[in-house]
Amino acid sequence: MNRRLLLLLPLLIFLVLGVFLYRGLSLDPFHRDSALLAREFPNFDMVTLEDPERRVDPSLFQGEVTLVNVWGEWCPACKQEMPQLLDLADRGVRLVGVNYRDTRDKGLGFLEEFGNPFEVNIFDPDGTLGFDLGVYGAPETFLVDRDGVIRYHHTGYIDPSDVRDHILPEVEKWQ
Amino acid sequence: MLIKMIPEIGHFALVIALLLAIVQGTMPLVGAATRRPLWMAFARPMAAGQFLFVAIAYACLTASYMLDDFSVANVANNSNSMLPWYYKFSAVWGNHEGSVLLWSLMLAGWGFAASRFSKDLPEDMVSRVLGVMGLVCVGFLLFILATSNPFERLLPNMPSDGADLNPLLQDFGLIIHPPMLYMGYVGFSVVFAFAIAALLGGRLDAAWTRWARPWTNLAWAFLTVGIALGSWWAYYELGWGGWWFWDPVENASLLPWLTGTALMHSLAVTEKRGSFKSWTVLLAITTFSLSLLGTFLVRSGVLTSVHAFANDPSRGFFILMLLTVTVGVSLLIFALRAPRVSHTVGFNWVSRDALLLINNILLVIITVTVLLGTVYPLLLDALGFGKISVGPPYFNALFVPLTVLMCVFMGLGPGARWKSMSARDLGRRVALSGVAALVLGAVLPLIFAEQWNLWVAIGLITALWIVLPMFRDLFDKTRNASSFGAGLKKLSLAYWGMQLGHLGVAVTIVGVAVVSHYNVERSVRMGPGDSVQVAGYEFTMTNLQARRGPNFLADTATIEVSRLGSERSFEMRPEKRLYIARGMPMTQVALRPGFFRDLYVAMGEELDGDDWAMRIQYKPFVRWLWLGALLMGAGGILAIADRRYRRRKTAEAPAPAAQEAHA
Repeated sequence: MNRRLLLLLPLLIFLVLGVFLYRGLSLDPFHRDSALLAREFPNFDMVTLEDPERRVDPSLFQGEVTLVNVWGEWCPACKQEMPQLLDLADRGVRLVGVNYRDTRDKGLGFLEEFGNPFEVNIFDPDGTLGFDLGVYGAPETFLVDRDGVIRYHHTGYIDPSDVRDHILPEVEKWQ
Repeated sequence: MLIKMIPEIGHFALVIALLLAIVQGTMPLVGAATRRPLWMAFARPMAAGQFLFVAIAYACLTASYMLDDFSVANVANNSNSMLPWYYKFSAVWGNHEGSVLLWSLMLAGWGFAASRFSKDLPEDMVSRVLGVMGLVCVGFLLFILATSNPFERLLPNMPSDGADLNPLLQDFGLIIHPPMLYMGYVGFSVVFAFAIAALLGGRLDAAWTRWARPWTNLAWAFLTVGIALGSWWAYYELGWGGWWFWDPVENASLLPWLTGTALMHSLAVTEKRGSFKSWTVLLAITTFSLSLLGTFLVRSGVLTSVHAFANDPSRGFFILMLLTVTVGVSLLIFALRAPRVSHTVGFNWVSRDALLLINNILLVIITVTVLLGTVYPLLLDALGFGKISVGPPYFNALFVPLTVLMCVFMGLGPGARWKSMSARDLGRRVALSGVAALVLGAVLPLIFAEQWNLWVAIGLITALWIVLPMFRDLFDKTRNASSFGAGLKKLSLAYWGMQLGHLGVAVTIVGVAVVSHYNVERSVRMGPGDSVQVAGYEFTMTNLQARRGPNFLADTATIEVSRLGSERSFEMRPEKRLYIARGMPMTQVALRPGFFRDLYVAMGEELDGDDWAMRIQYKPFVRWLWLGALLMGAGGILAIADRRYRRRKTAEAPAPAAQEAHA
């Protein structure tokens, strides 16, 4: 009897996993921004990647529409995304980076190699700001309006068509 | 006229294949249950017919690509008239619809192969095996026809040219990587079908494991090589020199590989000793289930990944249903039919049986670790605990020590005897190798590298610990023969396969350990005439020019490289390409491969003037990574060639080779 129950165990484990996978289907990682939209950017007080002495907080976003990009040297898709971010910077969009779960050396090396579209980078080695932002992985991008409120959220890699079809229209909308 | 109808012919062939698969999935199974030979006789012809019609459908899609038929949505989205013909050919599986079709083609192909190479199996076993495979085919063909039809037309407004194949996929590695990987994934369906057939027939003896072993080895060899090709492709194509990223999709391929490895070993125990019966069946089901889970993760969009295909919730739901039905029903059959009483044949804790048990436990722990890391973000999200990301640090912190631990037992395994032996005897056999591995592994990095590194030393000790006892074992096995050569000849191919596979693991470990810690990487700014020294090599940019390829524009740098103090030099030509149709930039890496080191030059961003950001890397022993995987794959194939699998008719009598141990 006991052994029969033991043999049922794999089935039960699988069914539990199945329920989570089903929940996962409705929690599409590309459309899970409702919790953050129209909220203020989470509070933080952190140093920058470029200068360990300089502290920044949400006042950074006051007065100008800003695109906040969460990236890390360890993240393959971030490297593919850089040309698009550089293009956005060329078009006059203000970008702020969040260097997520990285070391200072690696982060700076990344910017040197792949280009630096960011006005400044918030250094977040422990992922605390990323946690508050609900970041699931890098890259993720948030659009913050001139009052510091999150208005748009993009999960994952930004390709050239995203820039054209989503990012630029959103930036203009909140300008 | 007929040419214009090609997509419709393909679509129609798929429907016929589905109907044949339905017959294949029902008649033989019912026939086996009710003992009706006529019904069982449906199995083989249906398997052949189904394979034929899926192949026709696949050929039709390929023809649409080759003929640039942009009225087919799939072709319009993934091809372009400027694309070279070989990329048109491979573009078929560079997208979701085409790759599921390839998957189905292989599934039908494996089914056909199983129907051809099963002459000596009892008729009811064949019927059940092919019936189960037919049911899996039904699931996938329904999936294609219901949610992912590759033959959908864009009429009447067809585009004049296609959107082009993603430039990342325009590469030789991508021509061969997915087919190899799928062959592995899908190949496990055969051993899965054997396991279910054995459960249904109540015939969980050693016989089914002997039939299943060659199929398992073959699928495993394909998967091993497929994973290695993927890693190799990422290494040279993505342009930043990494070879494994713990990306969810990479993990999805690693999971069935891990349980497949456990399965190969546990099949050996079941065949030789008759123990672990239920466990082996469970592993067979798990391995194929993880292949299906991988498909679900990649195609449903529940996880974010660079590899993920375009998502569509209806597809995700369909695959989840397919997964639930297949795995749920299999595990239910397992729960109901697995032997109630365990006939575990006793063994001593110092024996090959015990070591293989430990190997299986560790492999399963590693599998669970990787699986948890992959789906953990999803679980937390579903439970409402917010989002987290699991990165390489988690995987490395758990995977590396567990692997080292497993290798400790791996060194002992081949030298151990079945059933029982004295600990002293085992100790005597490996003591010398152990001491030699410790000393050599600790000292070698001191001699050949400027800096001693603990992890490299551990890696080398581990690798030597696997390899050295193999020589000792060879010596032991040939000692009683008239000469060393005569002794070698008596060893079975299966034995050589095992040794080669283990050697491959050791070679891969050396590659991983050395390249992870002695890799030299410099990001520099360079213009024509500039020169830089990295790891004992001098790199000079001699030229910078623009060129036009078939479907891209490129900036090409010419870098002259010479070893410091050497006269000889060679050229490397990294490129930065812009693919015209998609406006997508790509880095084309320049590689100078070598047995002991790779030189790796990639162009980064264009800086002011003629200067470019360049990334120069020196990667020692990186080739060993993939060389090891090739050796593992070769080991798997070699074991299949063993004569006991070719002499089925006399298989009931213990073959001479069976006396030797094959772990």
